[in-house]
Amino acid sequence: MIEIRLHGRGGQGAVTSAELLATAAIQQGKYAQAFPNFGPERRGAPVMAFIRIDDHPIRNRHMIHNPDLVLVLDPSILRLVDVTSGLKEDGILVTNSKHNADELREELGLSFKMGTVNANLIAIEELGLPITNTTMLGSLLKANEVIALDALIEPLNKRFGRIAEKNINALKRAFRETEIS
Amino acid sequence: MAKIKSEPGWKDLEPGFVISEPGTAREYKTGDWRSERPVVNKDQCIKCGVCYIFCPDMAIVKGPENYFEADLYYCKGCGICAAECFTGCITMIAEEE
Amino acid sequence: MAEKTGIEVSIAAADAVGMTNVDVVAAYPITPQTHIVEHLAELVASGELDAEYIPVESEHSAMSVCCGSSAAGARTFTCTSSQGLALMNEIVFLAASMSLPIVMMLANRSLSGPLSIWNDHSDVMSIRDSGCIQMFAENGQEVFDNTFFCFKVAENKKVSLPVILNMDGFSLSHMIEPIEYWTQEMVDAYLPDFEPVHRLHPDKPVTMGALGMPDVFTEAKKLQNETLINSKSVILDAWKEMGEVCGREYHPVETYKIEGAKVAFLSMGSMGEVVSLAVDALREKGEAVGQLKLRLWRPFPFEELAEAVKGLDQIIVLDRAISFGGPGGPVASEIRNALYHQDNMPFVTNYVCSLAGRDITANDFIKIYEESSSASEEMLKRNDYTIYGARE
Repeated sequence: MIEIRLHGRGGQGAVTSAELLATAAIQQGKYAQAFPNFGPERRGAPVMAFIRIDDHPIRNRHMIHNPDLVLVLDPSILRLVDVTSGLKEDGILVTNSKHNADELREELGLSFKMGTVNANLIAIEELGLPITNTTMLGSLLKANEVIALDALIEPLNKRFGRIAEKNINALKRAFRETEIS
Repeated sequence: MAKIKSEPGWKDLEPGFVISEPGTAREYKTGDWRSERPVVNKDQCIKCGVCYIFCPDMAIVKGPENYFEADLYYCKGCGICAAECFTGCITMIAEEE
Repeated sequence: MAEKTGIEVSIAAADAVGMTNVDVVAAYPITPQTHIVEHLAELVASGELDAEYIPVESEHSAMSVCCGSSAAGARTFTCTSSQGLALMNEIVFLAASMSLPIVMMLANRSLSGPLSIWNDHSDVMSIRDSGCIQMFAENGQEVFDNTFFCFKVAENKKVSLPVILNMDGFSLSHMIEPIEYWTQEMVDAYLPDFEPVHRLHPDKPVTMGALGMPDVFTEAKKLQNETLINSKSVILDAWKEMGEVCGREYHPVETYKIEGAKVAFLSMGSMGEVVSLAVDALREKGEAVGQLKLRLWRPFPFEELAEAVKGLDQIIVLDRAISFGGPGGPVASEIRNALYHQDNMPFVTNYVCSLAGRDITANDFIKIYEESSSASEEMLKRNDYTIYGARE
């Protein structure tokens, strides 16, 4: 089982990202779960969302305390929330940032394997908005191809309709541009 | 339960305590509550029907020759008809007499 | 086997209600039930579902509307949580005593205060004695399947009672997970049209909600109790038939790894799946542990429970509500009562846990097992129940 924790801000679509990935995984015949950090929804406040994907039925229903992968949608969260809390030693932190992994590791005092991508830039260029949730899904899949990138196309089309194409472009570009080190 | 019979067993009741036959209130003799009854002096009565309108129990009916009179099966003897009558033709008489 | 859809349980639940071709939905939105009624409102507004959606001004009105529409012979649904249920309380009792087959989903949430929107079972315990049929679902699939079951049982002429489907707020209602949808043909084959026992109709007037004088009230209540007790045979048949339709057969008491077990956990609702992970881990260590899941809460499954606990020395009951100043958790107190006359009655240990959605993991249940199995009987008797995790 792979356990993923998403960090974002209310309204940035962390829950939507989690939902899209879980839905796509289920469509691929896997078992998956996606859920928000239960509670009131507050725009702008730091929020979490969770994803579990497995080949077997999932019986856990509690929060993810020891994720294999942490995905950060908003670079300002890195300095606000202990995003690597409980991250497995061989886990990976994938984040939106204009800095590279070495700079971030040094600044934040971390030694985890990292994936970095300037998702703000991609989102602004591809979508015209600094909303990075679909962009960061591309980055997530680069770090751990838990499902094929193409498996997300149909759920994205269904979810976003006429603006799906732009989101798909952002997803693919992030997949290409994410650096893992 | 079609009608509430005296001391029914639980199996006699309808689910949800539904009373499945309508109009059971019609059989309920409220006339027993009465200690005074209205008596109409037909010499004074102008057949205006104000007693019929005011009776809170709809116990006043139009009788022979279109005089209004109380149906004593239902009339509780409240005296509103006597109090409202324009001509004062209704008198409340004690049941004992 | 049909394909699984990845979908939020609330949305799937609303879709299932839609597939019953419900006539009237009256509900007031409250967290965490909101997504269910919002989606039903969407289905009605888009014309996909030909039903009356009545947006009421409170839960008290919601259940009142439901009573009226059910009495008129309409298939009727409502849904609430916590304070909403508390506000509708008096009408829930009326719906049951008037034999109105309303189906209600409860996205279980703790009753305030302190103010809380998170999940436990204190809300439904407040209407434990309302006379409604009450069951608990463990996952999204069970919510979906049992939506059809609830209407089938409620509307059965031998039953004609409200049925409450409990689903844990957030940990079920807000979870996106794989759910196998039924086809409309399956639903139509399983769920007959609603033919009420009595209905309000000008062609054949009846009186509903009549005064019950002391000389007949006791009989009315005896009838209500007998009807609820006797609904169990209809419940068993409806679950059996469901097995034939969708391949999943449900039971009043479910068991997991109970063969050879000396100690068993007992819980209701979605926590059961997490507990089963602890059972697996303890079994691997060689512990004789099994699991009981109480699916049917009312009518209480006395026979099935007695059968399921045979051979057990101890039952660890996991309650998600407190009977303040009373015998601990409401479930444990009922289990003790149900087994009181049994020879070799298993010892009942009671843990009240995961109140208001406090996260609880398999490790917690392992800890509970170790704590209660190492304690002396004397100690266990003295500590009638434990509120797990409460910091000193």
